[in-house]
Amino acid sequence: MGDHSHGSPQESGTVAKAQDDSLDKIQDPGLPPHRARLTDTDPRAAKRAERQVAILFAISMIGTVLFFVGYFAVGHPESIAEIRLQNMLLGSGTAFAMLGIGVGIVHWARTLMPDHEIAESRHEVRTEEGRQEAEEIVNTIVDESGISRRPLIRNSLIGALALAPLPGIVILRDLDLTKASASEIVDRLRHTMWDKGVRLTRDPSGTPIKASDVQIGSAFHVIPDGLNETEDPLNEKAKAVVLLMRLNPEDLNVSPEREDWHHDGIVAYSKICTHVGCPVALYEQHTHHLLCPCHQSTFDLTQECEVIFGPAAHALPQLPITVDADGFLVAQSDFHEPVGPGYWERP
Amino acid sequence: MKALSQKRRHPLAAVALLLMGLLVTGGLYAAASSVNEAQAASAYSASDVEEGNKLFLANCATCHGMNAEGTDAGPSLIGVGAASVDFQVGTGRMPMQMQGPQAQVKPVQFDDEQVQQLSAYVASLGAGPAVPEAEYLDTSLGNSGQGGEIFRVNCAMCHNAAAAGGALTRGKFAPSLEGVEEKHIYEAMVIGPQNMPVFNDSNISPEDKRDVITFLKEIEAQGSPGGAKLGSLGPVSEGLFVWTAGLGIIIAFTIWLTSRPS
Repeated sequence: MGDHSHGSPQESGTVAKAQDDSLDKIQDPGLPPHRARLTDTDPRAAKRAERQVAILFAISMIGTVLFFVGYFAVGHPESIAEIRLQNMLLGSGTAFAMLGIGVGIVHWARTLMPDHEIAESRHEVRTEEGRQEAEEIVNTIVDESGISRRPLIRNSLIGALALAPLPGIVILRDLDLTKASASEIVDRLRHTMWDKGVRLTRDPSGTPIKASDVQIGSAFHVIPDGLNETEDPLNEKAKAVVLLMRLNPEDLNVSPEREDWHHDGIVAYSKICTHVGCPVALYEQHTHHLLCPCHQSTFDLTQECEVIFGPAAHALPQLPITVDADGFLVAQSDFHEPVGPGYWERP
Repeated sequence: MKALSQKRRHPLAAVALLLMGLLVTGGLYAAASSVNEAQAASAYSASDVEEGNKLFLANCATCHGMNAEGTDAGPSLIGVGAASVDFQVGTGRMPMQMQGPQAQVKPVQFDDEQVQQLSAYVASLGAGPAVPEAEYLDTSLGNSGQGGEIFRVNCAMCHNAAAAGGALTRGKFAPSLEGVEEKHIYEAMVIGPQNMPVFNDSNISPEDKRDVITFLKEIEAQGSPGGAKLGSLGPVSEGLFVWTAGLGIIIAFTIWLTSRPS
């Protein structure tokens, strides 16, 4: 590439000059001939354009009026239909008020304001003097600060810069206001409200579920008994929600160590997807697939909720259940593995 | 009374009393636990069953078998109940147009009377859920707020929070609930058609089912508060609309701004 630093609109670049004059054979074509607009030649067209601009400004005024109609005439909406009407009036009123002015001004400029062509010469992009000046400034700074001559200062500066972002990371970690230690936090991720003898209850009513209530093919959305009375029900629920399903016991392929985790074909699995924690609750009662709506991870209920499709990394944790003396379904223990997506201590 | 007091010391009196007690409690329990089934058997006349049988043989037996015992092409209908027939035939899903991931809705092939006769025949084969009573379909008695909560916990994950339906695995889908008759919504919850799980009366009580129906009918009647619903399919369809329509308008304005007026 040539050096165009000294270029000016009247002259071609220095490099082009240094070569032969073959480049000069291409003549500057100049501006195309001026073409008059319809509104320049026909006074009636100009008059029409003037009216059109005025109409556009009038549309803007109508838009503003519409806004006030929506705001004052509808007032405080009482029904969904009134809310819809008000939203419509406020939105379209503002849109027309702004659009009318904008489109009107552009139309005015395009049709009625003078349209003679102007050639404006380009600013010089870069001058060699300016570049050298900047280079000198940088050199002076490097020289006077002595950063290359004093490695002690340079290295300690690098150290300080490396350490400075650390407080930000620590603050992020301490967004947890409970002041829990790292091991407590891991413990909290590891355990849920479920424990030996905790009843399975319906979400959201919290009523206990009898084993005989659960028909083959049905799905119950379950929360632990007492969840609604805890200090922070939503946080507890986010870990403890369970989906309870009953299928033909022959359809289940139970591994030896989970032999007594189900009750007569009634199985309970964590509803928290092991991918990023969406609720997996799309149960198909004939294929026995559980589908996560976020990223289509699919779990096979007959294979202890193994992942058969999608990005989830682990099978859904199973909640061991049994029946208490009154016939209600209860948990045998907490989940045997952490629910939900992986974390630092559990990839 | 005298005869009874004389016999009360009979050696078999205790056994008789025990038997009587067992019969009474057993009978009461059976009556209480099978309210649905009991109605199913009694509500239809013998001629309904007979006519239903004829319709069944002509239209359904190819896949479901001559005695509704099921074949490789279709499941057994013994014990599925009148609600199941009323739903599947009454919404036009059955007779099925073609084999596929799931039976699709099509124009209903039978009139109400024929649907009732078919229901009567299938109900006579074995006890199953009955067609719901009008009391549980009356949305003026339901609580839509409560129904909304039950819907969001139990139904929204498949049918979408606005009941617009959604995709399932391998070509199956949860249909939109807009415009579905109250009766059919109720029946679907009770019977769990196709891959939908069953929500029996001990999971969602008949009153709660009525609340759910009330909620669905209310959101259908009141419409979307924010104007155009764009299918209520969530951020994907809304984003697509903004990207195509919104950007299209911006591009059109840009072209207009920079074009030469005539």
